[in-house]
Amino acid sequence: MANHAVATNVYVPFLEKKGILSWLYTTDHKRIGILYLISVSFFFLIAGIIALLMRIELLTPVSDFVSPHTYNVLFTLHGSLMVFFFIIPGLAASFGNFLIPLMIGARDVAFPKLNLGSYWIYLLGTVIVLIALFQPADTGWTFYTPYSATTDTDVILITLGVFVLGFSSILTGLNFIVTIHKMRAPGMTWHRLPLFIWASYATAVLQLLATPVVGITLLLLIAERSLGVGFFDPAKGGDPVLFQNFFWFYSHPAVYIMIIPAMGVISEIIPVFSRKPIFGYKAIAYSSLGIAFISFFVWAHHMFTAGISEVAATIFSFLTFLVAIPTAIKVFNWTATLYKGSIELHSAMLYALGFIFLFTIGGLTGVFLGALAADIHLHDTYFVVAHMHYVMIGGTVMGFFGALHFWYPKWFGKMFNEAVAKLAWFLVFVGFNVTFFPQFFLGVQGMPRRYATYPEEFESLMSLSTYGSWILGLGVLIMTVNLINGLFNGEKAPQNPYGSLSLEWQIPSPPPHENFEEIPHVTDWPYGYGKKKEVDA
Amino acid sequence: MTWIPEAASNLASKVDGVLLVITLISIFFFVLITAVLIYFAVKYRRKSEDEETPYITGSEPLEIIWTVIPSILLILLFVHAYVVYKDMRTPPKDAVDITVTGKQWLWTFEYYNGKKTLNELYVQQNRPVRMVMRADDVLHSFFVPAFRVKQDLIPGRYTQLWFTPTKIGTFDIFCAEYCGTGHSAMLGRVIVLSPEAYDIWEKGVGTDGGGAVASLPPAELGEKVYKGKGCNACHSVDGSVVLGPSFKGLYGREGVLEDGSSYTADENYIMKSILEPQEEVVKGFQPVMPSFKGILSDDEITALIAYMKTLK
Repeated sequence: MANHAVATNVYVPFLEKKGILSWLYTTDHKRIGILYLISVSFFFLIAGIIALLMRIELLTPVSDFVSPHTYNVLFTLHGSLMVFFFIIPGLAASFGNFLIPLMIGARDVAFPKLNLGSYWIYLLGTVIVLIALFQPADTGWTFYTPYSATTDTDVILITLGVFVLGFSSILTGLNFIVTIHKMRAPGMTWHRLPLFIWASYATAVLQLLATPVVGITLLLLIAERSLGVGFFDPAKGGDPVLFQNFFWFYSHPAVYIMIIPAMGVISEIIPVFSRKPIFGYKAIAYSSLGIAFISFFVWAHHMFTAGISEVAATIFSFLTFLVAIPTAIKVFNWTATLYKGSIELHSAMLYALGFIFLFTIGGLTGVFLGALAADIHLHDTYFVVAHMHYVMIGGTVMGFFGALHFWYPKWFGKMFNEAVAKLAWFLVFVGFNVTFFPQFFLGVQGMPRRYATYPEEFESLMSLSTYGSWILGLGVLIMTVNLINGLFNGEKAPQNPYGSLSLEWQIPSPPPHENFEEIPHVTDWPYGYGKKKEVDA
Repeated sequence: MTWIPEAASNLASKVDGVLLVITLISIFFFVLITAVLIYFAVKYRRKSEDEETPYITGSEPLEIIWTVIPSILLILLFVHAYVVYKDMRTPPKDAVDITVTGKQWLWTFEYYNGKKTLNELYVQQNRPVRMVMRADDVLHSFFVPAFRVKQDLIPGRYTQLWFTPTKIGTFDIFCAEYCGTGHSAMLGRVIVLSPEAYDIWEKGVGTDGGGAVASLPPAELGEKVYKGKGCNACHSVDGSVVLGPSFKGLYGREGVLEDGSSYTADENYIMKSILEPQEEVVKGFQPVMPSFKGILSDDEITALIAYMKTLK
């Protein structure tokens, strides 16, 4: 597909330079990607351990492992760390940084110094939040007023951390948009772009447009707490529901900031391991943009029981149903790509297939919550907890793990142990389902979320869910050890172990500092697998 | 194991209808996608490295089919759920109003005849009820799974929901909107009475712990108050700590307060702790108890203390 240059100069992999300063002052998108990867993985593991602690408390109906207050702190930390520190920057910033220039045939992003600045801002946000851990908030990750304005715990520090983090997200989004517009190699037309790039583009637009709203909202909350301004306090003429409107105006699009990059990853993995062109390229590409667009107009479906008008609820329910359509289109197209393929069940492919399976459950259960009458019963129960985790873990995290296994050889120039990776996948897949599938039933039976203690009738399903979390935890542990071990003891990775046609696989593993010896000339799309008939262009 | 709580209101079976239809459609699509996925993954598993694959890039008819069919189904589902929702949001004209106030972590119900109950809602079978709801401090949400109704309570404005209870019995009330430390202890019960039993309850010869039960010995009345006025949500009588100190052995206990001074749990200390609970908090506990001023009468406090004395 591309006339990639043969290395004539001495090849120096980008990982070659050593020393902490070579990392902190790097403007190499691949190194900045690694910095994000380490940071988000750190927060994923911390927030995951917190989740395991929560599940231990929930093993029995009474409060016997931690106090109710501590439990409330734990779910607040679990939610905020996972959402703001892992899953939003997760794929978008780590793999986005690593892959966007490589896939479009560029030497770096459009603004490399700004890119490093974004990471420093992220780091500043994490430092603020780590300090906040000494006096942790107990508001839930949603920081709903008036509770967040009145609780004795320290809400200001953690919201300030999230506020700072927002700038990192906005600037990264801006950087990627300009990069994708301006830095594409000659011949890399929009319809030859890898689908991960389309997904990253849609994500970047969301980051740029939605994040300022949550920033402002959190500032208003900080003003309310520290200066006593009554934006959300009814006693001062404010409105607590206004906060929810503001918050979800960002946080619903944010759900798509989390999931769209994972959809991009799946669209890359499946054609390679099926040796088939992606089915319905344009449908998948445009549905990313469609989802991003509609996602701005569905926020109030989080608020059907929150006192909004019936008319508003009806409109938002309808728009929510619309967002299901482009999502369904993607699932059908991925599945159709497998047809008559030559399928290799590599660990990355297993994560991709796992994604389709779990994300389908996550998507279908979303229909329950978008449907007005059903949502009234299910809202704020474990059904929502299960649905959201099927989308976030079953979707985004499976995509993240898939991406880790898929691009690992390219990024680090090493191979991991494939058999262990498959075992870890199996434990993650089984553990995840045992943890979260029972929660759908708990929710239908009426078990409310965010309960430190719960009525005895829910005990059997709740403890089953806890046992599942141990399997899931073990799976993640084995996967982590396997990937880290590969860095030190893994075999050297070849340039293109899977026979991919995408640009990043046509250069050495790991890539040299500025990626391409010579900027490639692109002549075809990256999915030209299989035997063409003569009419095909 | 039951899949869903017994449908105990007029709305419940309609909501269950919506849930059932969506469940069936979901199962259909889930089975379809999973079956195709597994079939392809097995059938087209790579057998040799030089296998040839066809160059198929898409199919417009298929794209149209799998866009249009789900779209039609989704619109039908939307309409079905909307029609039921419209019912759920439109109380009949003859509904009886009951006021609910949510406050950390208590439900207060006020009836048209001036009666007031805590954490226990008394309603009559087959008579529509409209709940007029308000929150005192932070957001709460009134949720009765058996009735399939839920609505947030918001400080500074009224919200409403309605239902007609159809089955006699006792059903859980949960607070479904996170409201702080005692959120999971903010539980209540709906007690659905037959018209005859409701008549008796209404006239005040009640069993709600708050009616005219002066003939009971103080300790027995105290036990009724303990259960009927919500003390039991946070205070155990067996020595275990829920949110507040257990009542077991509480009377006469000596100890240290948050500010370091000491206290003795005599009549006056207990009364003050009930009426102004934020003032003298025992070390190790959080100042999270609501004031019961205006909720418990002097007689009821006296009875409660008498009950505590029996818990050694």
